[in-house]
Amino acid sequence: MTDAILSGFKGRHLLRMSDLTAAEIMGLINTAMRFKEVSEREVKKLPTLRGKTVVNLFFEASTRTRTSFEIAGKRLSADVINISAQTSSVTKGETFKDTVLNIAAMKPDALVIRHSAPGTALYASKIAGCSVVNGGDGAHAHPTQALLDLLTMTERKKNLENLNVSIIGDILHSRVARSNIAALNMFNANVTVCAPPTLLPHKMESMGVRATHSIAEAVEGADVIMMLRLQTERMAQGLFPSLREYADNFCLSAKVMKNAKKDVIIMHPGPINRGVEIASDVADGPYSVILNQVTHGVAMRMAVLYLLCGGAES
Amino acid sequence: MTTNGSSSRLILNHDDISRTLARMAHEITEKNPDCSSLVLVGIITRGAPLAKRLAEKIKSITGTDVPVGKLDVTFYRDDIAQKGPNLNASPTEILADVTGKTVILVDDVLFTGRSIRAGIDAIMDIGRPGRIQLAALLDRGHRELPIRADYIGKNIPTSKSERVKVKLKETDGEDMVMVVSGND
Repeated sequence: MTDAILSGFKGRHLLRMSDLTAAEIMGLINTAMRFKEVSEREVKKLPTLRGKTVVNLFFEASTRTRTSFEIAGKRLSADVINISAQTSSVTKGETFKDTVLNIAAMKPDALVIRHSAPGTALYASKIAGCSVVNGGDGAHAHPTQALLDLLTMTERKKNLENLNVSIIGDILHSRVARSNIAALNMFNANVTVCAPPTLLPHKMESMGVRATHSIAEAVEGADVIMMLRLQTERMAQGLFPSLREYADNFCLSAKVMKNAKKDVIIMHPGPINRGVEIASDVADGPYSVILNQVTHGVAMRMAVLYLLCGGAES
Repeated sequence: MTTNGSSSRLILNHDDISRTLARMAHEITEKNPDCSSLVLVGIITRGAPLAKRLAEKIKSITGTDVPVGKLDVTFYRDDIAQKGPNLNASPTEILADVTGKTVILVDDVLFTGRSIRAGIDAIMDIGRPGRIQLAALLDRGHRELPIRADYIGKNIPTSKSERVKVKLKETDGEDMVMVVSGND
């Protein structure tokens, strides 16, 4: 019954990259650049989403994404409420469905959801009666991360077409990799994925990417190197012998970087594990744009909230 | 001119626009004898080249270089809910510090006054001007807010259903102002 009351929402959701057209993505990048300029002013606020309410519903730990959405909403004058599972009635046994329905009954305009189970954002979008943004659902998708990565690449490299992008690390558990591959394919970039065999899904080539187990091969000729965190919290035992052996073979170190292009940029969605997938001197070095990505995260999430809540329900 | 049930009449040609802007520049210098405190800010799209042209004319009258900026008011508009989001906003470029200065907002057509309201709010978020004045190439009436221009190129009485079409060399390849009625 409640479902019937709250469903029937005809606005938009952002659950995965295919919810957007290439033209809309270019528009979001343009808009995010304008919002980045606002974030550099003394008065970092626009009246654009006055009267709108954004709820961040996070069932998984997050520093960047949650803070980024909160700042994004506030810079557009929306009211932003944060709920994390640890401090909510979920600990009293309330289900995901009931949590979403109860939040939805308070009439937010957008719901940003992060959850460890793939498909949760899609499910929420069917019952919430407001715009839903996927803030990461398990290993499935993290569209706003891919969008902010595209913004970073466009700003540094101008053109995405034929750009050589190497995604290196725990591909198996990475929603960031999946959303980035989907996004980069829309712009005809050349994507290479690199991981040990146990962390590389079978038939990756069917996603239109090149796969390799050699970090040297992935680094050579890359315009963009995107490192991924080893997601030990999602791992069953035995995917690799030890962190040290993983680092010996897949850490982006100064030595590996010797064969990289001189104008390469190094990205990482964070949080970084220094000395595991990326060496400290590389993470803090001149090629690194890791903190620019975080800055772009706020600007891009402002653009996404503006796109989803900026109009009347159509 | 009449084609396909629409008719249009020419209001200003290239020379008219140039003469009109020259007169407006004189009025600006008359009202602001100290041109060094001026900042001209054109509202994107067509206010931006107009602000630049006014600055050139002010320089030829007084010899003073007046800083020129351009302002995009997309995120300050009050019709976002009705028209939906616009992903094509242009960069706002105001390099001069506006605090304490006399900012002259420049737009092509003054109509409901709503873009000007948005422009005033946008300027206020960038700095604290000493005063804000308004220059518009055309005033077509039908104000919905208590806003009036300090400098007007030409008053053109229009009906609400008519459209005022402004073309400028910088944005459209030619200088011309027309009023179009009916469908075109």
